[in-house]
Amino acid sequence: MKINFVLNGKEIELVAPPDRRVIDLLREDLGMTGTKESCGAGECGICTVLIDGAAKLSCLMFAAQLEGRNVITLEGLTSEEGLHPIQEAFIQFGAVQCGFCTPGMILSALDLLKHNPNPSRKEIREGLSGNLCRCTGYQKIIDAVEAAACKMKKEPLL
Amino acid sequence: MNKKALEIGKIVPRMDAYGKVTGQEKYAADYYGENLVWAGVKRAGIPHGRIKSIHIDEARALPGVISVLTHKDVQGSNRQGVFRKDQPVLAGDKVRHCGDAVALVLAEDKGVLNRALNLITLDLEAFPGIFDPEKALEEGAPLVHEDNPQGNILLKGDLEKGDVNIAFNECDAIVEACFEVPHQEHVYLETEAGLAFFKEDGKLELVVSTQAPFRDRSEVAEALGIDPERIRITAPYCGGAFGGKDGVTVQTLLGLAALYCPDRPVKMWWNREESFMASPKRHPARLYYRLGSKSDGTLHALDVRSYYDTGPYDHLGGAVMALGLEHSGGPYRIPNVSLKAWCVYTNNPIGGAFRGFGVPQVTAAMEQMMDLLAAKLGLSPLNIRLRNALTKGNTNPIGITQLGSTALVECLGTLKEHLLWKNSQDWKSSSGPFKKRGVGLACVMHGMGYGPVVPDSAIAKIELTKEGKFRVFSGVVDMGQGNASTYLQIAGYILNQDAEHIELVLPDTERVLPSGSASASRTTYTFGNALIGAAQTLKHRILQRGADIIMNGEMEAMVLIPGHIKHLPTDKEIPLSDMAQKLDDSERVAIHHFTASVSKETPTEDPNLRLHGIPHFIFSYGVHLAYVEVDELTGEVEVKRYLAVSDCGRIMNPQVFEQQIHGGIAQGLGYALCEEFIAKEGRIITPDLATYIIPTALDMPDMDSISVESYEPTGPFGLKGAGEIAIDGPLPAIANAIADACGVRLFRSPFTPERVLKALNEKRNRGVGY
Repeated sequence: MKINFVLNGKEIELVAPPDRRVIDLLREDLGMTGTKESCGAGECGICTVLIDGAAKLSCLMFAAQLEGRNVITLEGLTSEEGLHPIQEAFIQFGAVQCGFCTPGMILSALDLLKHNPNPSRKEIREGLSGNLCRCTGYQKIIDAVEAAACKMKKEPLL
Repeated sequence: MNKKALEIGKIVPRMDAYGKVTGQEKYAADYYGENLVWAGVKRAGIPHGRIKSIHIDEARALPGVISVLTHKDVQGSNRQGVFRKDQPVLAGDKVRHCGDAVALVLAEDKGVLNRALNLITLDLEAFPGIFDPEKALEEGAPLVHEDNPQGNILLKGDLEKGDVNIAFNECDAIVEACFEVPHQEHVYLETEAGLAFFKEDGKLELVVSTQAPFRDRSEVAEALGIDPERIRITAPYCGGAFGGKDGVTVQTLLGLAALYCPDRPVKMWWNREESFMASPKRHPARLYYRLGSKSDGTLHALDVRSYYDTGPYDHLGGAVMALGLEHSGGPYRIPNVSLKAWCVYTNNPIGGAFRGFGVPQVTAAMEQMMDLLAAKLGLSPLNIRLRNALTKGNTNPIGITQLGSTALVECLGTLKEHLLWKNSQDWKSSSGPFKKRGVGLACVMHGMGYGPVVPDSAIAKIELTKEGKFRVFSGVVDMGQGNASTYLQIAGYILNQDAEHIELVLPDTERVLPSGSASASRTTYTFGNALIGAAQTLKHRILQRGADIIMNGEMEAMVLIPGHIKHLPTDKEIPLSDMAQKLDDSERVAIHHFTASVSKETPTEDPNLRLHGIPHFIFSYGVHLAYVEVDELTGEVEVKRYLAVSDCGRIMNPQVFEQQIHGGIAQGLGYALCEEFIAKEGRIITPDLATYIIPTALDMPDMDSISVESYEPTGPFGLKGAGEIAIDGPLPAIANAIADACGVRLFRSPFTPERVLKALNEKRNRGVGY
């Protein structure tokens, strides 16, 4: 079927089977490999993307569900002005090791900070508890999100 | 602009982080290709049996199927493995665990591939399986490999020092226990993946998620009967590995697929269930311990028998057992020891390398024994450890003199002065209703490198490019731990360059030089030492040639600054790009070979044990402290705070070091509390992330990591390995804290709410503790 949606600010029109998984559409059809897959069953949070601003699992979504939606992947976070404060904080605070959870983690953090611009560390842990990481023990990720929240309050973005 | 040269000992944000936070970094799983073919594997499904026939005709006839291959299509040895090549690429005569690969399908897309795999039927004659390592040693047990002269024994080890039989009679206190630890799954988030294709020159190229591209190349060559010179393997950053990609995963299967489809790229990417089923796990072990001391707590005798279940294949299992055997007595002075270990074939999932490599198992046992002994003697857990802790010049339990930096006592002293230790009694006494609080300690010790026989060497290469940048050719894979970034930091420091003037080539058998696997806490130690040599050679050459060009013979007056060389007396600067033009191509490159020192002592004459790594020479040390709260109503154990004090030598980048400690603690905490990969009669009943539970952000406490910063003279800038040691401590520290909280000790881990509650109830019913 023909599907129209906005991906990282660009209008996209494509033809895809309605039951094509969004993760496959992004990675295989559009070559956007910034979105990763790890369990394919909605258990790990790795494949998180933002759909109309809300964190969703692209391994559990079908192409037809994208119709008319606004989709943001990790690649869409970097603007002409440079990195998003969450991306910057992930680098600065050492929140990245293997980096495979990073795309989903950053997008979930963005969703969290939108709803709660001033989260406690406990609230950050809760907000990211659907995103598994096997390298970091999460502490530096929490540090990074906390720091990014601080910075975003001063310079609201997105 | 002021360009700051990279420094050692300061926080340097990881240079791989930018590509990873922007989604630009390409992992092996991210490689596709024009006109792509998907490859997938039909697996045995039963733990033990004879293959009568493999029915592939229906699958082969399915539209969209390109090829269906079996063992008959493998031209080479059809065998893989690091020490013992006992694993078939595609099983032909029999299957030895549920995950054995039996057929390989090449298809136009993933949908067709899955349908074809379902159409393959296996006619198998089921054999009785063997699922317990001790039972596997009994007379008449089913044999996993009929051709193994040692029956089901892969490797047996025996280390003796002094005389334990006499020594136990001289002890004032003796404690005895048996511990069981389960399979632990790595759960790297990037499951096994790769792309294979043939280049016009007839070369087979593989892009794979691996820890050891050069070893992979030889394995693929031998298994498939190809000249290794015709194979190129490149290793992008791994999306995690932790030991699970140290050894062949998709490599041989992908190579085979490519041979039968040479005109198109072939991709293989195991899904989570397949990864769980086919990949190696941390060896489950049963550990019988007996420990005796004098009345003041001075350790006098230790007897250990341990059984490691390696599943059906070696997959480094022998080396895992050997490292466990070597570390069985922990970081203590014990004059009399008898240590025995068996690594045993079963029909369970494969046991293999996993961060810690045998040491988490024995540390789990030994550190609980220390607390049991302390309790029996009425000593504090800290004091009994201080009394027996190894210091420099002591001999360790297997008789190796500690000649490297040995700062365990400093670690214990640091812990003793830490507020978390000092305040622990107050914290314990302020728990809420139905909650019990306790604190637990564990000392850790971890050897580095390959041991005395397999050369632990690396060959670093560095080039001044024509553009005036220094290009570091990394020989060791970065599976996520940040060693590549540290290599850039080392080169930047020696050559006095900022990050902009240093660039990286990731491991690639065509471009970099063989430098061993990313494993054994060796990546920064061994390659770092090689790189220091290469960078210094190149620096010397550039400054010498710079002095010639400036026509002032004094090299000492020349320095490197970011992007330039500078003549100090005149302030004259030459851009590095100009220097590069003036140098011959052969002068722009420097290479340095480094081999790690090995122990000259021989705690064992057994050549097989020495081959498998005994003894080690350099060790890191540490002590861990866990604060836990036990819910008496549910049995749930929550770790509230965690402190790790480590002696890993001098720290090059405190942030990267802390990453390793945090990550090790998290995997160790999972190992202690929730991670149990269960195979019942060889059949997996924790096939996914809904049934195999790893810690989430809500399960991890705030962690404190302190480095005592000793200096290891043989290490690059004084460093020792830090990649594994942190995973050794959490299980025993948490076990000891649970015992401290509520007087129950569980000898089988993980300490799930069910097990803890059962132990609490038993204690209540019997009115006794452990």
